[in-house]
Amino acid sequence: MALKKYFPVFVLPTLAAFTIAFAVPFILGLFLSFTEFTTVIDAQWVGIANYIRALSNDDFINALWFTVRFTVVSVVTVNVIAFALATLLTKGLKGTNIFRTAFFMPNLIGGIVLGYIWQLIINGVLRFFDVTITYDPKYGFWGLVILMNWQLIGYMMIIYIAGLQNIPTDLQDASKVDGASRLQTLRNVTIPLVMPSITICLFLTITNSFKLFDQNLALTAGAPSKQTAMLALDIYNTFYGRIGWEGVGQAKAVIFFAIVAVISFIQLALTRRREVEQ
Amino acid sequence: MSAKEKTMLIRTLLYIILTVLAVAFLSPVFIVFLNSFKGKLFISESPFSLPDKDTFAGLENYFSGLEKTGFFSAFGWSVFITVFSVIAIVLFTSMTAWYIVRVKNRFTKALYYIFVFSMIVPFQMVMFTMTKTAGELGLDTPWGIVVIYLGFGAGLAVFMFCGFLKSVPLEIEEAAMIDGCNPVQTFFMVVFPVLKPTAITVAILNAMWIWNDYLLPYLLIGSEYKTIPVAVQYLRGGYGSVDMGALMAMLVLSVIPIIVFYLFCQKYIIKGIVAGAVKG
Repeated sequence: MALKKYFPVFVLPTLAAFTIAFAVPFILGLFLSFTEFTTVIDAQWVGIANYIRALSNDDFINALWFTVRFTVVSVVTVNVIAFALATLLTKGLKGTNIFRTAFFMPNLIGGIVLGYIWQLIINGVLRFFDVTITYDPKYGFWGLVILMNWQLIGYMMIIYIAGLQNIPTDLQDASKVDGASRLQTLRNVTIPLVMPSITICLFLTITNSFKLFDQNLALTAGAPSKQTAMLALDIYNTFYGRIGWEGVGQAKAVIFFAIVAVISFIQLALTRRREVEQ
Repeated sequence: MSAKEKTMLIRTLLYIILTVLAVAFLSPVFIVFLNSFKGKLFISESPFSLPDKDTFAGLENYFSGLEKTGFFSAFGWSVFITVFSVIAIVLFTSMTAWYIVRVKNRFTKALYYIFVFSMIVPFQMVMFTMTKTAGELGLDTPWGIVVIYLGFGAGLAVFMFCGFLKSVPLEIEEAAMIDGCNPVQTFFMVVFPVLKPTAITVAILNAMWIWNDYLLPYLLIGSEYKTIPVAVQYLRGGYGSVDMGALMAMLVLSVIPIIVFYLFCQKYIIKGIVAGAVKG
């Protein structure tokens, strides 16, 4: 086919940009995680020393646990609430579009702006107790959870609504006729049929929560004393906040990448298996 | 109570629940809006009270915020970077995806998987090395960042275009080729129009990401060219005291274009998300 010769026109621009923005930095990043460097060209091979320093770094371990706890809580709350809202909005009520619009709106606001909006609200509430959000890491944690819910519920709700609307109503009616309770219908009919939506929503909430940066930076910036810093923020601080720690920062980034990759694969494999063919 | 009354009651209850929730969802933005008209010293003190004659500051916060952040220039750069990046992504990745789907060999297959792989890699993995590489190549400019966004956006966009193209029949393309069109003509006259729904989805998902992106523009061009998120964060500065008035006003100004865009393109945004989710 003649198309094959048109490689420079069709593929080269994308491939060149991809190479510069992703491929070279990715490989270079892997390499640099085994070296000590400040400007890339002065890299000295140090083996796995950076990984050992990263894993014995209290800030990193703390950030890892904070991120894991945050992700678990956010994934559960976001998906349960989004699914519940989607169920309410597919009951055939009039005017549901207005509600859908309202619930989705926060999603379009960027992380930095969202962070400052919620900083005002949360500090305003905590003022009644004479403290601020940076007083205790607990406040920062729940603040981030609330923010994440506020941002992601609308998005996941949209996906769940689409999933619920795809279910043929006769299936739910049939299970009602057969005498199934509402809960049984939900568990045995509705949920298996919206499994593809659940898969994608879980995937999106897990990766979004795990990789959170902007919201974290704006809401608490890790305060008090880095205790509310998540992984992405800790890696950023290691790179740009401590001279001589660039190699460790890169090692932390590789570990971060490995965790995200493993989670993505496990999650997709697990939920794909449970999907039902319609 | 009759069955009819019961459904009426349930409906009313549902409406009440939904209304309360919708108000709760919208109130944070509204509270920020109210506070943007208060004197800067009154904001942290009582964020939930309405502005009154002591606390009302008119548009003072807006003027000081605009001055401190250079908001209009930030808005301009945000528009510039978002528009050109989205155009570049839609144009170049759709061409690449067509090539990958139609020229089937080991090379294009490998290329496809590499693009898909890049989707799961978090930004922090390449943050430092990408900033260095782009800097070395002189891409630390608003035009340069468009190239970087094309590279970063390529993964998801190629993936989505490929997913759609696999279901597009070959016949029309072949007919165009037989009629003497070269591949470039065939692509733009026959293939691209068919891709329009996916192109809209790709454009919307990428526009939402690029418009709100903070770290990449901050690291690459932040000292010279500020986008809106960079300008807002700049206002916050270090850990010192913050001009809460200016911050509130800038938050309001950042949110307004998003709400306008949303109200005009709501249909496409919702469709785009659903389509993106099905294929994602």
